[in-house]
Amino acid sequence: MSSTTNTSTQHTSTIGAIGAPSRRNTELALLAFAVAIPVFAYANAGLAISDQVPAGLLAYGLGLGLVAGICHLAVRKFAPYADPLMLPLATLLNGLGLVVIWRLDQSERLQLRDEFFEASPRQLLYSALGMALFIAVLVFLKDHRVLQRYTYISMAAALVLLLLPLVPGLGLNVFGARIWISIFGFTIQPGEFAKIVLAIFFAGYLMVKRDALALASRRFMGLYLPRGRDLGPILVVWVLSILILVFETDLGTSLLFFGMFVIMLYVATERTSWIVFGLLMSAAGAVGVASFEIHVQQRVQAWLDPMREYELSQQGIVGHSQQSMEALWAFGSGGTLGTGLGQGNSDLIGFAANSDFILATFGEELGLAGVMAILLVYGLIVERGIRTSLAARDPFGKLLAVGLSGAFGLQVFVVAGGVMGLIPLTGMTLPFVAYGGSSVIANWALIGILIRISDTARRPAPAPAPNPDAEMTQVVRP
Amino acid sequence: MNKPLRRIAIFCGLLILALLIRDNWIQYVQADSLKSDNKNRRVAIERYGTPRGDIIVDGKAITGSVETRGTDYKFKRTWKNGEMWAPVTGYSSQIVGATQLENLEDGILTGNDDRLFFRNTLDMITGKKKEGGSVVTTLNAAAQKAAFEGLGNKKGAVAAIDPKTGAILALASTPSYDPSTFAGISQKDSETFSKLEKDKDKPMLNRALRETYPPGSTFKVVTAAAALENGIVDGIDKATDTPDPYQLPGTRTNLTNQHGKCEDATLREALKVSCNTVFAKLSDKVTNEKMIEQAEKFGFNEAELDIPVRAAESVYPVDNAPQNALDGIGQGSNRSTPLQMAMVSAAIANDGKLMKPYMVDQLRASNLDVIESHDPEELSQAVSPETAQKLQEMMETVVNDPGGTGGAAKINAEGVTVGGKTGTAQHGVDNKELPYAWFISYAKLSDGSSPVAVAVVVEDGSANRGEISGGGLAAPIAKSVMQAVINSKK
Repeated sequence: MSSTTNTSTQHTSTIGAIGAPSRRNTELALLAFAVAIPVFAYANAGLAISDQVPAGLLAYGLGLGLVAGICHLAVRKFAPYADPLMLPLATLLNGLGLVVIWRLDQSERLQLRDEFFEASPRQLLYSALGMALFIAVLVFLKDHRVLQRYTYISMAAALVLLLLPLVPGLGLNVFGARIWISIFGFTIQPGEFAKIVLAIFFAGYLMVKRDALALASRRFMGLYLPRGRDLGPILVVWVLSILILVFETDLGTSLLFFGMFVIMLYVATERTSWIVFGLLMSAAGAVGVASFEIHVQQRVQAWLDPMREYELSQQGIVGHSQQSMEALWAFGSGGTLGTGLGQGNSDLIGFAANSDFILATFGEELGLAGVMAILLVYGLIVERGIRTSLAARDPFGKLLAVGLSGAFGLQVFVVAGGVMGLIPLTGMTLPFVAYGGSSVIANWALIGILIRISDTARRPAPAPAPNPDAEMTQVVRP
Repeated sequence: MNKPLRRIAIFCGLLILALLIRDNWIQYVQADSLKSDNKNRRVAIERYGTPRGDIIVDGKAITGSVETRGTDYKFKRTWKNGEMWAPVTGYSSQIVGATQLENLEDGILTGNDDRLFFRNTLDMITGKKKEGGSVVTTLNAAAQKAAFEGLGNKKGAVAAIDPKTGAILALASTPSYDPSTFAGISQKDSETFSKLEKDKDKPMLNRALRETYPPGSTFKVVTAAAALENGIVDGIDKATDTPDPYQLPGTRTNLTNQHGKCEDATLREALKVSCNTVFAKLSDKVTNEKMIEQAEKFGFNEAELDIPVRAAESVYPVDNAPQNALDGIGQGSNRSTPLQMAMVSAAIANDGKLMKPYMVDQLRASNLDVIESHDPEELSQAVSPETAQKLQEMMETVVNDPGGTGGAAKINAEGVTVGGKTGTAQHGVDNKELPYAWFISYAKLSDGSSPVAVAVVVEDGSANRGEISGGGLAAPIAKSVMQAVINSKK
């Protein structure tokens, strides 16, 4: 932190961690709520749908409680000073997501669809895998700075992950978006994992280069213009994002990666000019691609006039979808308090009701109150992540934490904003809540890394080693 | 690195804030319009999710609900004697939506009305299922049956009103349709509906409310009212200074009469035998402006008459002198719904006071609590009580005098007096089309009160041209409707 020594002393922003309580018991108490709330929600949905408490309630409650408990014990053992909020918040979202996916499994309307399958047992398995990966991260990643060593391997891995969906025979084209691959009958969304790997690469790269990027610049009209050769990396990432957009027709992933990079670049260099550059470049890229990519144009038109899109789809015109309008109706019909779990008609959305559009079910059945609560939970996770970044003592940890939380926040914004009609819709999953194995597993790993960084950040500094010179040096008075 | 970090924290906070604001926008500000959007399937799911409340006539439900085996719509609407009641209820179809009472009172029938909110909340707490309320109409089953059966295979419409309150007693229209045949969502329902829609006889047109006809000679009652109110004639038994034939003002066209002696006839005589010349001349003397004024007092030129189903506007337009003279005998450019002419007859029977017609008496919750009830409402004093007396006297002459045109409506019962007016409205290019047979009337009891006023139109193509007259075709229907009302009062 050589460049920020002055500022950090002025703002006293190094969090005084010495003697901080571990807050593990706080976490345990919150975790009890995070398990109890979904269990009640499950009972509620079951009673509403079939007038009886679901048969799997006990198993579900015990299972969720057990896995959450093991996670808690792992945190207690391997990351005792970790942030106490993240695990309970993630558990709560994961638990509620399972309930809503189960509730949509009971929908007669969805059961009539060709592609229907019981999603909740699979999601349960994925969640367990995700939590296992979370524990594995805590056990095997003793210090997040180890990741720094894999900076360039990460870059290669991220590139491979991002390009996999384009490999013939492996990639799948689902409704125009090529973001899935299929291996051994499992469909995987490599982009979810690429998010974490890329964050590691960016953090390692920027930590090394940030001085060059920040200082070697000319001042022009109040902005610090970077040198031409320093523009290289940002251009590479920009081109990569554009390529994702063009070849995988995935606006969301593209926006997410570029946004994450700009955030990390800004934090690393403290130069506002990078933000301006980032915004200009993403605007240019988006407009440029939209000018010839029909898929993107359709998404934008559907966003501007969802009703027209709905009517076109009702006329059976290929390439149009009634989903955006159905989602808006679901939100509107939910109103302030919602219909109650199991009592809405959000299954009218049809395809992807339990994945990309799952927030609409929350909207209809839990109402404005429920959705605001969910959004605030996401907000809390993001802000705890950024606080971890603030508290971290090493620049790599700071960058990695802010990159991961920023990406998490952007993803929530892009998905929720898309479903609620705030921005054009993109095919992405709401972290922890939406159905999708890759998403759930990757996000548990993400939380694991954040917890590891926060543990390092809040861990009391070791007592200074006794100074061997203390005894030997003596002031000799004349 | 901490300053940009704080800014990123604020930025992420703003992203979440934007989502929260958007959520409030769609789930609070726009929630109601999204929720009640007709294309939103939930509207129909709600409508057919529980047994729909009933529409009641004379204490008996004329509608019902049957359970179906659909994922979305659990119950289907049924009607008892749907063809007869369709002009009253409208339809409520899972595939094409709802009209008339089924649509306007949907909130009550489904139980979603805001006024039921407290009760629904209570039901939710006590675990009772939501039930639709009922709509109690003013209709009289016997009168409706008489009207519907009287029209039979003929095309036409009947509207009957209680003059004292404005309550609608009968509202029939033929040919009709059975709304049960397309209440569901199957292919067959859809086909039936489109066939009905394309039918050239327009079975789904509510002729009593939504079709306007040239009123023909029945309008002479309004002309007589205008002449009396404006002092154009001194009394009903004074000779009017009328030539036969009468040359329409400003033209060389001669207007003649079909029967009777009309030269200088008195007003009473002229109405009895339906003299065209007398009333055309009177209309001209009253002037277009005053004629409009009188017609509007009876309810013409009102675009928003809701009973609560909206009736088509009956018009008496601004016209030049010859047209205005023809308007005076109902053959100009004025047009009227059957309901409107029933209102004319009702206002006269009610001593000049026109009551607002209505057909929903009460809205009730499922436990029969009254949520809303209708109070009779005065629309206007159409004519003074004295003029009304004179008009009644003349209309009674039309029915009771051996030479009158309305003899067929006479009811031979103790203390019952009937007043009426026939009409045979020519229409089409050069009046080539078969004319419409009209009859308007009211019945009066011995105490002077009038329980029913009725208007009948038969637009029939099957009868001989010579026989189409209000007296021959329409008056017997009016008679049986009035008879039915009087009998049901006993």
